[in-house]
Amino acid sequence: MTPTLQLFLVVSAALFCIGLLAALSRRHAIFILIGIELMLAAANLNFIAFWRFGPHPQPPTGVMIAIFSIAIAAAEAVVGLAMVIAVYRHFRTTDVDQLGQLKG
Amino acid sequence: MSDSLDQIFIRIKQLLLVPLAGAPDWVTQIASALINIFALLGVFLTLFALISVLERKILGRMQNRYGPNRVGPFGLFQPVADGIKMLIKEDIVPARADKIVHFLAPILIAATAILALGIIPYGRNMTPFAIDGGILFFFAVGSTTELAVFMAGWGSNNKFSMLGAMRAIAQMISYELPLIITVLPIVMVVGSLAPDTIVATQDGYAFGFVPRWFVFTPWGAAAFILFFISGLVESNRTPFDVPEGESEIVAGHMTEYSGFKYATFFMAEYIGMFAISGLAVTLFLGGWHAPIRGFEFIPSYVWFFTKLGALLFVYIWVRGTLPRTRIDQIMNFAWKFMLPMAFTCIIAAAVWHYAGRGVAGWLWSFAVIAVVYFTLSILLDARRKFAPRRYRFAE
Amino acid sequence: MNSAAFVIIAILTLAAALAAASLPKLIHAALSFAVAFIGVAAFYFLLGAEFVGLVQVFVYVGAVAVLIVFTILLTRRDVQGTGKPNWGGAIITIAVFGGLLWAILKTPSLSVAAPQIEALTVKRIGGVLMTDYVWPLQCVGLLLTAALIGALILVMENRDEG
Repeated sequence: MTPTLQLFLVVSAALFCIGLLAALSRRHAIFILIGIELMLAAANLNFIAFWRFGPHPQPPTGVMIAIFSIAIAAAEAVVGLAMVIAVYRHFRTTDVDQLGQLKG
Repeated sequence: MSDSLDQIFIRIKQLLLVPLAGAPDWVTQIASALINIFALLGVFLTLFALISVLERKILGRMQNRYGPNRVGPFGLFQPVADGIKMLIKEDIVPARADKIVHFLAPILIAATAILALGIIPYGRNMTPFAIDGGILFFFAVGSTTELAVFMAGWGSNNKFSMLGAMRAIAQMISYELPLIITVLPIVMVVGSLAPDTIVATQDGYAFGFVPRWFVFTPWGAAAFILFFISGLVESNRTPFDVPEGESEIVAGHMTEYSGFKYATFFMAEYIGMFAISGLAVTLFLGGWHAPIRGFEFIPSYVWFFTKLGALLFVYIWVRGTLPRTRIDQIMNFAWKFMLPMAFTCIIAAAVWHYAGRGVAGWLWSFAVIAVVYFTLSILLDARRKFAPRRYRFAE
Repeated sequence: MNSAAFVIIAILTLAAALAAASLPKLIHAALSFAVAFIGVAAFYFLLGAEFVGLVQVFVYVGAVAVLIVFTILLTRRDVQGTGKPNWGGAIITIAVFGGLLWAILKTPSLSVAAPQIEALTVKRIGGVLMTDYVWPLQCVGLLLTAALIGALILVMENRDEG
């Protein structure tokens, strides 16, 4: 069973859905961030799989997108975690269900 | 003759692989990799044992006393005694510690340290695993060490361990930046991340007798000093051993580890030292090249290990000479001095390259580094906060 | 491309990701998150993009995972999750996975084997970065600087003067 492109896409779809599960079913802000990072990693895996299985002489576009995506994901994780710390300092909680002060 | 002595280990390995001549490709590859791994482990674990006793003897001599000299001739069997002691100690795990995390932390630290040894060229054609992005692999594996240090501190369920781990991680992250940025000029000048290519670029002699090692260029010398200091910090050696300072924080993140696990931490620190010294030799000191024109008959691995030994001696020498710095002094030094100097090395390397790589380039890049160094010294001068001292002697 | 390696790496990555999504204790989840990213990096190695794999280990495991762990330490109050599973989330996840799986398996042009390509060297990536992708490179530099300054301002405490 040599791995075909479909197999790689199935694995990355599974990783994406696990990230979605983490982002949807948890109340702690950091868990949600972990889920988002997993979804980004799944998308990167898709890009690189498509680059690898594409027609032979092609520019490394998929690889470039993945590199930039990793850099941007790191920046987003930094800002997200800084916000979690700032919110914790003010509200003393990281439970996103209790951060509803702008509601209604 | 000299060529066969140089390549003797390659010949031995090829002899060992002869029985597998008819096997499929992946079997030969796995067997070749396993031989590399066992050779690497054998050499460096022996070196670790030797250095652990040599360090104590050298420190002892610097402090005007003998080191360990009871076990075996000149005390050289001390590691055997140490090993037996560590192995028969009771393995105590705190009752409320996180068992899995506590167990995995020393394994992960030792694993990342040994992984980093795999990409260094030890001699001509003697790189265990020659990857295209070897330098990046080294730093990727080194940055995983921080996570393992955190696991050690957290898994012990001990406030001292946690504080020690946070200090250690803060120190290691701050100095990772100068470590990596000082390597950038080398990568820029050589144009490749592969250690083999970097060593091959340092071949030959300029002006007939000066080897073309990068340490003999002004930016290379500055980068070497910065890299060496960052290496001291990354392996938690005095004067930067705040994470394991016995008088301050018990043993930091290693407090709750006893017996063999503590020996694993100890081994991981020394192997980290070997890996950083090996990388410094590869990047700055010309790898396995001979320094003097007529001495190329000496095998390449002998030159490599001689340079490695010299760097390790400087590590031990610094340990015996300098007192421990405070954590805020360490952080100040990293962010206010080392980072600007590291960026200056990049600019100086570019100036060296574009002014022609000869004497003119040497002088211009030296000027750049000197200007920035003196500016930083003036700007960072710690203003005198105390009254001038007055000494009164007994009359 | 080795199919045994693919199966092992796939099982490791998905198991670690599942552990990261469902373990009650936050530190364990963060550490399995790091393992999942090592698995994804192994996938990149398998696919021949070694540079991206190394950058992935370096950035995610060396930096993002350490950041997450530090943040967990600094916001210590609720480190335990609740035990009861969230059925709504699970149903949506399974629905999305089913949809994606149907789309993947329905497309016949995707069941191709890997063509032989030349190894992607770091030199080539560097060349492409500096010629075709120089504008995105500068923009990412600006973005990272902005993120750095923004994060510093967000967590800086107000110091009272005097």
